[in-house]
Amino acid sequence: MSANAEHSHPHPAPAPLGGKLLTPVTITFLIPIIVMGVMLAFRFVRGIGAVTNLNDGYPWGLWIAWDVVIGSALAGGGFTVALLTYILNRGEYHPLVRPALVAALLGYMQAGFSVMIDLGRWWDFWHIFWPKYAQLNSVLFEVALCITAYIIVMWMEFMPVVMERFGWKRARERLNKTLFFFVGVGVLLPTMHQSSLGTLLVVFGNQIHPLYQSKLLPLLFLTSTIGMGLSAVTLEAGVSSLGLKRPFEREILGKLLNVGRLLAGIYIVVRIADLIYRGAIGSAFQPSLPALTFWIEMFLFSVPLWLLASQESRKHGGKLLMGALSLAFAGILYRLSAFLVAYDTGAGWHYFPSLGEMAVTFGLISFEVVGIIFAIRLLPILPAAEPDTRTT
Amino acid sequence: MTIDRRNFLKLATRGAAVTAAASAGVAKVAEARPNKQMPEEALGLLFDGTLCIGCRACMPACKEANNMPPELTPLEMQKGDVNALWDAPLDISAKTLNCIKAYSNGTGETKDAVVDGHAFTKKSCYHCVDPSCVSVCPVSAMTKDPVNGIVSYSVDACIGCRYCVASCPFGVPRFEYDSPKPKIAKCELCKHRMADGKYSACAEVCPTGATLYGKVKDLKAEIARRKALEPGTMTTFPRGRIGDGETYQGRVGKYVEHVYGEKEIGGTQVLHLSGVPFELLDKPALPDISPASQSETIQHGLYYGLIAPATFLGILVAAARRNMRDETTPTTPPPPEGKGTP
Repeated sequence: MSANAEHSHPHPAPAPLGGKLLTPVTITFLIPIIVMGVMLAFRFVRGIGAVTNLNDGYPWGLWIAWDVVIGSALAGGGFTVALLTYILNRGEYHPLVRPALVAALLGYMQAGFSVMIDLGRWWDFWHIFWPKYAQLNSVLFEVALCITAYIIVMWMEFMPVVMERFGWKRARERLNKTLFFFVGVGVLLPTMHQSSLGTLLVVFGNQIHPLYQSKLLPLLFLTSTIGMGLSAVTLEAGVSSLGLKRPFEREILGKLLNVGRLLAGIYIVVRIADLIYRGAIGSAFQPSLPALTFWIEMFLFSVPLWLLASQESRKHGGKLLMGALSLAFAGILYRLSAFLVAYDTGAGWHYFPSLGEMAVTFGLISFEVVGIIFAIRLLPILPAAEPDTRTT
Repeated sequence: MTIDRRNFLKLATRGAAVTAAASAGVAKVAEARPNKQMPEEALGLLFDGTLCIGCRACMPACKEANNMPPELTPLEMQKGDVNALWDAPLDISAKTLNCIKAYSNGTGETKDAVVDGHAFTKKSCYHCVDPSCVSVCPVSAMTKDPVNGIVSYSVDACIGCRYCVASCPFGVPRFEYDSPKPKIAKCELCKHRMADGKYSACAEVCPTGATLYGKVKDLKAEIARRKALEPGTMTTFPRGRIGDGETYQGRVGKYVEHVYGEKEIGGTQVLHLSGVPFELLDKPALPDISPASQSETIQHGLYYGLIAPATFLGILVAAARRNMRDETTPTTPPPPEGKGTP
């Protein structure tokens, strides 16, 4: 294996998978989408409180913490795989670029949609982009601007897929000449807003438990996003290999998760060092819910470090999936804790998402699943199938 | 991941460049963004809990002056699910900008005693010198007047993201969760009454001057005067708007040392005196440094002059350009749909 692979990678070209769109699986996933539609009708007619358990002590709930913050972080595979493939020139990851991009595009679109339904005065959302209103001190301003720009950039990165599908050769060649620029911007933007999603919490001051409030929130969010993105790519590959009976690319995914391990290691070191430096490590040993989630989170981040320590273990499909699952849940738990569990605005305030809120979140996840299935069946995203020589 | 040495050095150099650019920005701005300063002519309120008699006259006055609806709180404590037929808020809310709350212990007999006593406090916007809500609002719906320092809300700008609600350390801005066209509600110190020469309705109607309106510098001088007096002696308190000449004769309270709002998150324009410790009155313990300054230091540090993002982008685009040069359209046409898959 040459370390610095030129683009002589022998991967088969991507091709539409074909097959039926309406299968029992996709039809099943349409049900939560319909339920979501009903819930949203209530939300838009009766107000946010008609569907959610949000209150003035917990004005941000599941739709922000899960759909936006976690949803976009799990979509981090899009930019991380692009970073590995095109910036660090590791051509072996090339087959993963398109699946990761599709997942990222859908993940960010559902995040953007979730912001819209969570905004009380959604019809005025354009104020964020209007110079008269824009407020440059606001972290949220930067996040909103950056996520919107990234969705546009991802569509540009995605256009070659569409152009290939419809045989628009001239357009494809023309876009190809400038694509490197979009790829560069497409790596920059997520590093900006994924770290800023952490910075959002800095202003909450001591309303965030000392185990979670930190000036290094942007760094911790960024490093854990990369791990989550890589895990999501691995898990998607796992599901598609099982569901579509395709080969499971252990070789590549093992390497990918090794990068994830590196990030998990950095995360743990930074997290602990920060707690010691701030003198907050003691609160990890006092019984509290944030302390409990902290230890679970630390355990989950550590799993890929020891489980996937050896070359052999990184070729073991089950261990790869376990490691990826653990790393993904580590990042998920870290975000849920930082945004909700560690957030305390004083006595008397409680929040647990309502069934309606959860229904909308399930609807959005289903939208992503159906979107990915439709995309890989209709568009050249997965490498054309070849006889699987590695598995029995 | 195997990265050879040359590549590693290159990466390290680039990483260092971005880090250096970012930290230069952090250093630059870290010194440039301390807590904000109180405007010279800042307006505010002084609430003296020892003068408050708990009549709550300020609450309906506030409702009337600001056109807010009554809050028909369920009287659970009294009888099942019977709703009050009068305005009976238990806290500030999207319908209530100002609320008098009580501390009570044991028999509750003695005013301003911790044991077997009671005490009153006021909850409304503090009009922070360095407000979080203004710092976090992405669309400038929350603004602080540069002259009088009043923190105002503009519904025409607001997008309803509730970052102000989430960030306020005092839990002041409130949101209408039950409306399809929701607004944020918060005290604006009755700035709409200023044109008629009037001032905050709560201070105007307060019979004892427990809520006193005026310039913060005058209010601070009054605080110093009260604290210098012998507790228990009779004195003349200004009432309504300081300097207007209206007065109230009363006894000097036995104040706790702490003046709430003097230093909290960089100071506020609403100041509280109390006869009992503020933690008994549910006043959050807050640091002197403003959260807004901490957040903005990080944010503007990382994005100072866009140096770090621009440096990073330059590296990314250059690398992508070099590495994607050979990237061409696949020469092999995609196989027909559905081939080889179940």
